[in-house]
Amino acid sequence: MENTFDYETIDEIIEEFGPKASSVIAILQGVQEKYRYLPQEIFPYLVKRLGVSEASIYSVATFYENFSLEPKGKYVIKVCDGTACHVRRSIPILERLRSELKLSEDIKTTEDLNFTLETVSCLGACGLAPVLTVNDKVYPAMTPDKASQLLQQIKEELLNA
Amino acid sequence: MLKSREDLDNIRSVYAKTLESQKAKILVCAGTGCVAGGSLVIYDRLKELMEQRNIPCSVELEKEVHHPTVGIKKSGCHGFCEIGPLIRIEPQGWLYVKVQEEDCEEIIDQTVLNGVHIERLAYQNDGEICKKQDDIPFYKRQTRHVLQHCGQIDATSINEYLAIGGYSAFEKALFEMTGDEIIHEITDSGLRGRGGGGFPVGRKWEQVRRQKEPQKYVVCNGDEGDPGAFMDRSIMEGDPHNVLEGMMIAGLCCGANQGYLYVRAEYPLAVSRLKAAIEQATEIGLLGDRILGTDFSFHLRINQGAGAFVCGEGSALTASIEGKRGMPRVKPPRTVEHGLFDKPTVLNNVETFANVSLIINNGIEWFQSIGPEKSPGTKAFALTGNIVNTGLIEVPMGTTLGEVIFDVGGGMRDGGKFKGVQIGGPSGGCLTEKDLDLPLDFDSLKKAGAMIGSGGLVVMDDKNCMVEVARFFMNFTQNESCGKCVPCREGTKRMLAILERIVSGQGVEGDIELLLELADTVSATSLCGLGKTAALPIVSTIKNFRSEYEAHIREKRCPAGACSKLKKIEIDAALCKGCTKCTKSCPVNAISGKVKDPFVIDQAKCIKCGACIPTCPFHAIREV
Repeated sequence: MENTFDYETIDEIIEEFGPKASSVIAILQGVQEKYRYLPQEIFPYLVKRLGVSEASIYSVATFYENFSLEPKGKYVIKVCDGTACHVRRSIPILERLRSELKLSEDIKTTEDLNFTLETVSCLGACGLAPVLTVNDKVYPAMTPDKASQLLQQIKEELLNA
Repeated sequence: MLKSREDLDNIRSVYAKTLESQKAKILVCAGTGCVAGGSLVIYDRLKELMEQRNIPCSVELEKEVHHPTVGIKKSGCHGFCEIGPLIRIEPQGWLYVKVQEEDCEEIIDQTVLNGVHIERLAYQNDGEICKKQDDIPFYKRQTRHVLQHCGQIDATSINEYLAIGGYSAFEKALFEMTGDEIIHEITDSGLRGRGGGGFPVGRKWEQVRRQKEPQKYVVCNGDEGDPGAFMDRSIMEGDPHNVLEGMMIAGLCCGANQGYLYVRAEYPLAVSRLKAAIEQATEIGLLGDRILGTDFSFHLRINQGAGAFVCGEGSALTASIEGKRGMPRVKPPRTVEHGLFDKPTVLNNVETFANVSLIINNGIEWFQSIGPEKSPGTKAFALTGNIVNTGLIEVPMGTTLGEVIFDVGGGMRDGGKFKGVQIGGPSGGCLTEKDLDLPLDFDSLKKAGAMIGSGGLVVMDDKNCMVEVARFFMNFTQNESCGKCVPCREGTKRMLAILERIVSGQGVEGDIELLLELADTVSATSLCGLGKTAALPIVSTIKNFRSEYEAHIREKRCPAGACSKLKKIEIDAALCKGCTKCTKSCPVNAISGKVKDPFVIDQAKCIKCGACIPTCPFHAIREV
């Protein structure tokens, strides 16, 4: 497996933030941005490059919510469930998307790796509550029906691509 | 590259002149809210239209003025995201709301070229047209100092910030004041940290200044994790240089030459604005080595959070910058002695740093003339929930809760009845009708069993169940508990389990007492603020709404009708004609019966979604 993995990309990311222990989070963020998750191959490699133990890198990767050790879908949908969105009924939106994508609290990514559905605590767009984001683009004032339409639109995009 | 004070003054007057030469300005709001509404498309369209019509327009302030131009700029968040995308027209000061791409042509032809106001794009308050921002009731009752530039200037340009007198507080501190004088000024102003605790800023700076260690740090906490709060996001997006300026002044008087901005990853726009601001300041020599020919050097870096609420706590935040798990540690030693990389560290939040230049520029007396004696200055609040005007507001400290909700916020949405407001996020408390006259400042709120926190105000009406709200916050805190200390890790889990039991109708007698006992223990024994305050929403909702808890436990009933598990949907046999319409709408086939006879809902199957209710032509289905 090691032969096929492109370590050059990882090197570029390491160079950007500097090969030091305090850059671990920034480097993992860079990797995640590239691959949408943290491939397991990077852990032994970062040990060599940064001089920190695999356990400590793994402990950072599992501590922070934003890191994922599992591959994520092409479209990452985040339903905001911050207080403002919650009191304006964000949960029915989440439930609608879950049922349409056949996902649950435990299964967050579709088998075809097209969609990942998550909640996020607050996007700071409370004035537009309830909101959701698709790959970081913010969609304001959502309803379960609008969310279904949006999902349909993305599915069509996927078919046409 | 600016090499001296004269260089800075020169460049400032050059840009001030160009700014003046812009006969008109169009400021398109480019805050997170308006961007979501399509404001960047509008910006591009306006620019394109002006080019087509050969209107001389300038995107960035130039050094030389050739002819008067129309400036088109991306401003920061106005705070009234709900009526976005917003466009501000200068010099008239008109505000256009809910602008769409199709409106651009009219804006250019009518307003920019002919100075005609477009009525249909103005904000209307009960039929009355509000041309200017300050005519709108939402803004009229505010006092905007920290947010004064948000929405008013180009948030992406250091030139514009300089042109309106930006970095003059830093200039004054650098050339005219000693470190002691700066600290004296901040201490005597009475500025208290806006991040929640309200610790005197001057005292914190003084403690760092006293440390003999040669390496010190300034850290800005932009990890605004409280759900329902976005004050710091708006400041970082709308006035990034002001934040930098505050940090530079802190570095100057405390003897630090390196600063870090820790911003949560959920704020990508704030990160990019700050990054650009740091690059611009470094490019012209306001950041770097030997700034403006003095001995003072200062460098800034941005660290992005990775989705851990607990990183808003000081020692967890510094651990995260060091590349470790963001877990709080036992204090003392405190951050001012052993902070980032074990060095003395000034740690304040965004809004606090944004106040610094105001105090240095305007003086102690000015600052103290705003708000009460013990909590001077203004405070930004994020007003959200079931209220007419949601948005970002700034009012003098000590403004009463009632004024904020009814005068600025415009009262309740959809005719709801005011029930309570959650202040200070998941670690704050809940205030009710009896607190409407309570002044919002650090000390008054503490006395009332709440806290100002970072300033999130989530307004709830009679349809919000307070037990469910307590469960919501406990679920949040439990998720975000880092797991280091047992009281918080296990205590929040147990409290959540009890609350979940209550909202699903499984509560038992004694649950309230058990919750209060757990709350006491967790608050007294947790390691950091997250655990210490985790139970506040429970304690304050029990205090104010005990009867709601009792109704859930004893009568298995949710008085607000919000808890779905306690809802029951029934068909009134007297009204039902057996038309079968409802059966088709039921996603779980819970409704059955014989045609033309009354139908029934199988309560074991029913998921209480309510889809059947509107389908009945005879209004026979209802929630009970």
